[in-house]
Formats: sequence, structure tokens, C-alpha cells
Amino acid sequence: MASDLSDLYQEILLEHNRRPRNFRTLDNPTHQADGFNPLCGDQISLQLNVGDAKVHDVGFQGHGCAISRASASLLTQAVKGATSDEAMAMFDEFHKMLTEPDAELDIDLLGDLEMLAGVIAYPTRIKCAILAWHTLKAAMDGENVATTE
Amino acid sequence: MTTVINTPGIPGRDGSGHPHGLDVIDPHRIRQDFPILRQEVNGKPLVYLDNAATTQKPQAVIDAISNYYLHNNANVHRGVHTLSQRATDDYEAGREAVRRFINAPDANEVIYVRGTTEGLNLVASSYGRRYFKAGDEVIITGMEHHSNIVPWQILGKEIGIRLRVVPFNDDGELLMDQYETMLNDRTRMVSVVHQSNALGTVNPIPEMVELAHARGIHVMVDAAQSVPHMPVDVQALGADFLTFSGHKMYGPTGIGALWGRAELLDDMPPYQSGGEMIRSVTFEETIYNTLPHKFEAGTPDIAGAIGLGAAVEYLESIGMERIAAYEQALLRYGTEKLRDIEGVRLIGTAEEKGGVLSFHMEAAHPHDIGTILDAEGVAVRTGHHCAQPVMARYGIPATVRASLAFYNTTDDIDALVKAIDRVIEVFG
Repeated sequence: MASDLSDLYQEILLEHNRRPRNFRTLDNPTHQADGFNPLCGDQISLQLNVGDAKVHDVGFQGHGCAISRASASLLTQAVKGATSDEAMAMFDEFHKMLTEPDAELDIDLLGDLEMLAGVIAYPTRIKCAILAWHTLKAAMDGENVATTE
Repeated sequence: MTTVINTPGIPGRDGSGHPHGLDVIDPHRIRQDFPILRQEVNGKPLVYLDNAATTQKPQAVIDAISNYYLHNNANVHRGVHTLSQRATDDYEAGREAVRRFINAPDANEVIYVRGTTEGLNLVASSYGRRYFKAGDEVIITGMEHHSNIVPWQILGKEIGIRLRVVPFNDDGELLMDQYETMLNDRTRMVSVVHQSNALGTVNPIPEMVELAHARGIHVMVDAAQSVPHMPVDVQALGADFLTFSGHKMYGPTGIGALWGRAELLDDMPPYQSGGEMIRSVTFEETIYNTLPHKFEAGTPDIAGAIGLGAAVEYLESIGMERIAAYEQALLRYGTEKLRDIEGVRLIGTAEEKGGVLSFHMEAAHPHDIGTILDAEGVAVRTGHHCAQPVMARYGIPATVRASLAFYNTTDDIDALVKAIDRVIEVFG
């Protein structure tokens, strides 16, 4: 890593860590999955209400570092109200943002998710940022467990 | 360990006015032996405090390995040619160095393994399969590394043995009265960590051995974290098996040693089979080789064994009592400094403790702390340290662990403290 710490721990990210959005369980989720990062013990449970190929509601629970928690919080904001296809497109774009240094990114699609772009300079932390997204994908695919390994 | 610090004859203890013992070693001179420490990380001088994970290697170890490959490389115990003889001599000299280092009665009782994990697996598999039957019990402690839990669990599923776990108090000290009540007619083995990797606790092995032996129960010791940091004498401990890793004692990775009493090892079946471990083979029958070769199937890690021998000689040149005294002094210094930081909670505060500073902060998750420390050049381990039951005992998912070696200085501790201040700045 060579990047400045403040690129990683931006104030808004820290705020999402302190006060994560949609940090709750849903009453009757249509989809859900648990995500684990076996290396560090991060754990997240994601629940979704999907109908007519659209994400109507989403909530998460679990514990982890600031990056994984803020990422999950941002994910819930991003996919709530999106179509299933849009949510998967966000997954792909988010993945690209964290793994391909010079990729051309769809900034409009990413929206607030872009604040995690600094994670790319910290290879050991990419798994933290991406855990919630793998969990989302597992839930949408009807699988119950996702891991970053 | 107080007993070690009070050992007479250590410089600085003879009324020199340095009660803290930091003067028994000149770390700045020691650091010259470790080329890797002379570097910057992220624009800051490297502060290496991850010694419980692995230690750095002195030039003497690096030279011994490279000398073997440059001049003596050949297979051992095989050829009649000169290089093979040189390689065999150096490989066996490493074994003798290990024997001397842990005061084992006989070098044939020293078996080269890949590391502590393999040593534990060897005993669980070989001793366990021979002697255990359904209903038998194995006692471990609540502070074991996963490598001293899982092999017994696997055996437990196969054979039907029961694992009993000695609990510990909030400071990380074993509840010895509970240990005593667990020992019974069904107990077949006590397998216990000497120094906890997650907490630093040094367990009372001689006392545990005495209680076990009184009932005819054998004791296995995971000495991965103790052998590199204090004098370890297998005869004084009284244990029946003891194992440790080379890479945690300034030697190379991929090599370690298992020591066991010859009469026990002789009766145990081989762990792996192939070349070297046989005396004669026909398609009807195989006669096994004698100790230690019975347990060393295949071409071993020759360079590793030679490097391990060099590490032992390097440590002997400094002296384990001196190393222990210095690291104890540094631990006291670090403990006081970390205790002064508001929001830092030390995990593992046993009276008898090695150079491990595990801590937790309410404000930040260990991984975020680790990243910020790294940005300051400070290398620590974050996570569950392969000891998830220990984390569960304290109700936390992970800790930050700074672990000491005798090349660390008070400056390193000060850098750690400064980096923690940065964490507090970021996370508030």
C-alpha cells in the first residue's frame, strides 16, 4: 500500500460504520444468505424482499471491521429499490472497481459505492469490502452461504 | 517468568541499578544480525511485532542454508559419496543441536517434523490410534491453538474418544483444581500448550505433569511459543512429548522437532511410510527402521534442519536465560504503556506470561487497527490467532496481537503506542 489512510477511512465511511443503514432483520424475507470471511472472522447475514424482479427491502446483521460494515450499509442503500439486474450490475461494477486498477467505471451506477474505491490500494482489505456483495449474490442465486475464500 | 529473571549471573542483575532487566541485551547490536529489520515500510522504519506468527532470521541462519545449497547439497543417509556424507553430517548435527537445546537425553528421540502442527498430528495419529479406545478421554486446555484441538477431534470421531477442556480465568490462567478433577481412569493423554499464542500465558507444565503421571497418564506439550523465548528443558518439565517449530525460533519454515521418550516412540507405529523409515521391505513384510528414522519417511527438509541447527547455535550464543529476562523486561514496559491508553483492553494478563500483548479496542475493529498500524510501519497480527475458543471466552471476534522478540526495543513499543494514538485519531 502507498495510499494515504484518509483515502481509505473517509469520514462518510466511518459514519456508515458507526451508524449502519438498514441494520435490522426483515419479517418475511424472500431471500437470505450468510456471508463469512474465514480469514478474519467477519460475519454478515443479509435478508432481502424481492418481488417482480425488484429489491423492495433489504437488511443486514453481523459483525466485522469498519470496511465490511460500511460496505454492507452502502450496499443496502444502493440495492434498495433497484431491479435484480441492476443489483447484479452493481456487483460487477463494484468488483471491477476493487480489482482492476485502471478500469473505466460507471460512476452513475456506483453512486455512493465509489467511496470504497480507496480499498484497491489495500489488497488485504478487499475481501472485507466485497463480503456483503458476495453474500448478496448468494442470496439472489438461492444459495444460503457465501465466503470470500 | 520471575524465576528466570532472578536467575543469578545475568548481567545487570548484580546490583547494577537496572531492576527492569532491559540492559541484559543490547538489541541494537542484535539487530545488526537481522538484515530484514533494516528497511522502511510505508515510509516508516519497520517495527516488527509479529514474532508469535513467525520470527525473522539472523544472517547465520541464512548463511547456513545458502552454504548447504552452494557447497554440500546431496541426499542424506543414502550415498557413499562425499557430498552425501557432508549433508548427512550437517543434518544430524542439527538434530544434536536440538537435543542439547531442550536437554533431551538422546538425539534419537528428536524427530524432525514440518513444525508444531505436524508434531501434534504425529502423536495424535500414531500414539492415539495405537492406544486409545472408545470412551477414553484426552484433556486439553481452553487456550489451545487449533492445531492442538482438531487432531484430537478427528481422532475422537474415528475412535469415540472424548475431549475434556480445562477452563481458565479472566486473566488467562488455567483453573488447576478443575484440571485435577478431570484426570480420571479414562484419561489417556494430557496435551497442553506451554505458552499460549493468543494470551501469552505460561502454563504450569511441571505441576500438570506431576498430577498426570501420578495416574500413569502421558503428557504432550505444544512448545511452539515457549522454546524460542525461554530455557526449555524437557527433563525438568517432565513431559513425555514436546514439539515446536523452527520458524518461530529464528530458523526456517517447514522444519520443526518432536521430542518423545524413546520407550514410547519405539512402541508407536510409523506416521508416514516410504523411504528412509524402513530397514527391509519385501512384498510380504516390512521391518521398520530404528528411531528417529522410523518417523522420517521420505527425503527430509535437509536445508531446513541445517538452518534449524544454525538457529539453535545462534540462540545459544546469546543465551536463553538472557533472552527471557530481556523479553520479560520489554513485556513489562509494553504492558505499562498499553495500560495507560484509554480504550485499550489487554487480553491475557496472567501472572506467568511471555512476550505477548494481545488487546482489544472498543473504538475500532482489530483489522482496521492492523491496517492503520501497518501504515505506521508497525507489523502486528490481527484476528483470532487460530484460537477461536479463546476469543469466544472473552466474547470478542478477534484481537490485535503485538508479540515480542529480543531484537525489539522500547522504541518499537513507543512506535506501537504512537500508532495506536493514530487509530484513536481516526476512529475517535
